[in-house]
Amino acid sequence: MTKKKSLLSDQRFIVLLVIIALVVIYMIFSPEFRKYSSILSMLDFSYYDILMAIGVTFPLITAGVDLSIGTGLVCYALVAGRLVRDYNCPVALAMLICVLFGVVVGAVNGTLIGVMGLPPFLATLCTCMITRGISSMVMATPWPTNKQPGGWFHSIFKLTFGTGRNALKIPIGFLVCVILVLVMEFVLNHTKFGRYTIGIGSNKEALTLSGVNVKFYHVMAYVICGLFAGLAAIAYAAVVPTVQPGTGAGLELDAIGGVFVGGVSATGGYGSVIGTLAGVFVIVLLKTGLPYVGLQANWQQIITGIVLIGAVMIDVAKRRRMAKEQ
Amino acid sequence: MADAILTMEEIDKSFPGVHALDHVHFDVRCGEVHALMGENGAGKSTLMKVLTGIYTKDSGTITFEGKEVEFANTREAQDAGIVIVHQELNMIGDLTVAQNIFIGREFMKGFKIDDKKMIEESKKLFDELHIDINPRDKMSDLTVGKQQMCEIAKAISHQAKVIIFDEPSAALTEKEIEDLFTIIRDLREKGLAIVYISHRMDEIKVITDRVTVMRDGGYVGTLITKDCTKEDIINMMVGRVIYETPKTESKVAKDAPVVLKVEHLNAGRMVQDVSFELRKGEILGFSGLMGAGRTETARALFGADPKTSGDIYVNGEKVTINSPQDAVKHGIGYLSEDRKRYGIVVQKTITENSTMATLEKYMNGIFINKGEEKKITEKYIQELATKTPSADQLVVNLSGGNQQKVVIAKWLVRNCDILIFDEPTRGIDVGAKNEIYKLMNRLAEEGKSIIMISSEMTEILRMSDRIVIMCEGKKTGELDISEATQEKIMDRATRDIA
Repeated sequence: MTKKKSLLSDQRFIVLLVIIALVVIYMIFSPEFRKYSSILSMLDFSYYDILMAIGVTFPLITAGVDLSIGTGLVCYALVAGRLVRDYNCPVALAMLICVLFGVVVGAVNGTLIGVMGLPPFLATLCTCMITRGISSMVMATPWPTNKQPGGWFHSIFKLTFGTGRNALKIPIGFLVCVILVLVMEFVLNHTKFGRYTIGIGSNKEALTLSGVNVKFYHVMAYVICGLFAGLAAIAYAAVVPTVQPGTGAGLELDAIGGVFVGGVSATGGYGSVIGTLAGVFVIVLLKTGLPYVGLQANWQQIITGIVLIGAVMIDVAKRRRMAKEQ
Repeated sequence: MADAILTMEEIDKSFPGVHALDHVHFDVRCGEVHALMGENGAGKSTLMKVLTGIYTKDSGTITFEGKEVEFANTREAQDAGIVIVHQELNMIGDLTVAQNIFIGREFMKGFKIDDKKMIEESKKLFDELHIDINPRDKMSDLTVGKQQMCEIAKAISHQAKVIIFDEPSAALTEKEIEDLFTIIRDLREKGLAIVYISHRMDEIKVITDRVTVMRDGGYVGTLITKDCTKEDIINMMVGRVIYETPKTESKVAKDAPVVLKVEHLNAGRMVQDVSFELRKGEILGFSGLMGAGRTETARALFGADPKTSGDIYVNGEKVTINSPQDAVKHGIGYLSEDRKRYGIVVQKTITENSTMATLEKYMNGIFINKGEEKKITEKYIQELATKTPSADQLVVNLSGGNQQKVVIAKWLVRNCDILIFDEPTRGIDVGAKNEIYKLMNRLAEEGKSIIMISSEMTEILRMSDRIVIMCEGKKTGELDISEATQEKIMDRATRDIA
């Protein structure tokens, strides 16, 4: 029983076409968008979305969700930023703290869900509130700028050669993201962790009866998600002038939306990290690109919503077709 | 006789309100097939779950290879060499066959799972078992029968010393069962100990060496298979001789009106130009191998799958059926072979399930009339003799036979006159099975018309007034019960193959 797979049946390919279409439309209608600096700034603001999305792909494949990543990343960036400002904490250590903080919150989420059996929506809603609460207790914090001591961390995302108008800027962060995507795609498809993540989303009972330590891997899916939320915190701190307390709610929705656009099944059990990258790009293009063609940024939410409905409908249609072929 | 490799003694287990196992004894030797039998809720599955660490026992001892053991989970039991092939299929649909077989013990190359080796090993395994399955196929693309074969292959691939088959044949065709028996005999030759749980008396006689019978959570006794008769076993199980007597001639009146006529039905590869008639009060058996297109025919007729062409007449009038709602409107009910997926909502109560398809009948304005709903449910609980403490019981807590009765109740509440039973007794044991048979006969006598799809030859021959045989999507024969024999049916069911 071999099946012909046309390119069009691969959601990732459709998403790629959408991205190309969007870029072409923007380029035609907006001279501004054609500038290198615009693309650079768009990329700058995409990294934290991409990182969050890579992470949250895993809980979503287990048929769960993580709502705490948006407020979480603001919380981590604030706390670590404060340590840099007030306690002369080296930036490298602050970055590590971001990641560790993310891992801890991820482990809490994972334990609540995988071990204690709370519904993912509820458990992560709670940690979402808690991290937002913590961050509202911390003063608004700018991380060091490019020229300040410790500003080197910007070069993880953007290498700058020369100064002033002629400075050459390379969006190295994109490369970093692509590498992470490829690594996590490999992890998803070729490691035990990845395979059991799919198994949990597809048939958890069967996985348990096969003697797999399901609880451990279920927790790990959220730990990985938290780890990437921590990385996203660094990317976020690198692009916003000041991290504002008590914010971040809603950021996770762009990432989660991107994952679904990228083809992760709404019922779990199926997905790809490469798809996630493509999906997030659609969201980012809608978010940052629409103003270039004269549409208010508000439209982004509406259009994103519509795009998401389309993406989920493709998934539903696919499942239905598969069920019929049997 | 060799000593037992596995002995369970004085096993006791209670759940809240139920004494599930009452000092049960069971043992199995190397190189034997030992049947474990008993009615619904007799405690067979519970006993096996205690053995493999899914449940913890309250008291008693398990001795395996001379040592007392207590497994904390299925993994530990597997590692020790005790493997269970579950009654419900336990496959991960989104993964491939090979990935499923080696789940939990993947071959590794450093961090990377060695999929190539897993595919090779699966191929070897399938070759050994003479099964034709591509290990690269996604599990959800396989038929139920093939999934079951994978489950068996998976169990065998553990270096198992004891294999427990929990109703392995429930989903298999006669041919596949033959293959299964060849495999089991082969394993027995190799000195493995095999526990075989089944409700099919014929199989027990053919394949097993000893039979242990359980009743209501207690141990009744152990018999040598060749020294006992079917009746001996049944008597031990239920204390009474059961089974409806097989039909020798059609009970349908010659002039009974045709209630359903299907002409030239086409729906994809699995349903090609199928025509048949169903008379009032008739039980029309649909026989054939797995994948013959019987379920597909039923689903297309019921509107669950789209059809490309074909006419359907109900009570002589041509009707359009494009969805299950249309079918139900014309009084056609469909009882799926996969109860849990299509038939019932297991996490809901009996009441909610019974009235699910007819809720509009029990409405007071926008509110559900709970009293009325409960009354009708209780009526059918009594009529169908559903074993349950109350109508508010969650369906998940019922045994397979009683779940099936809830599905039947659902359609009876709906007043359906044409009922399609797809594998009505799959996963149901002898006692409950006969109740289902009685029920079907009674329904037919009351003037309902029944299409019964079954892979079990004895069931087809016992219940049908007339038999339609299908093979590879085509109707290959039709026999009146008076002329039907197993050979004639098999001949037509395999006509196009070979």
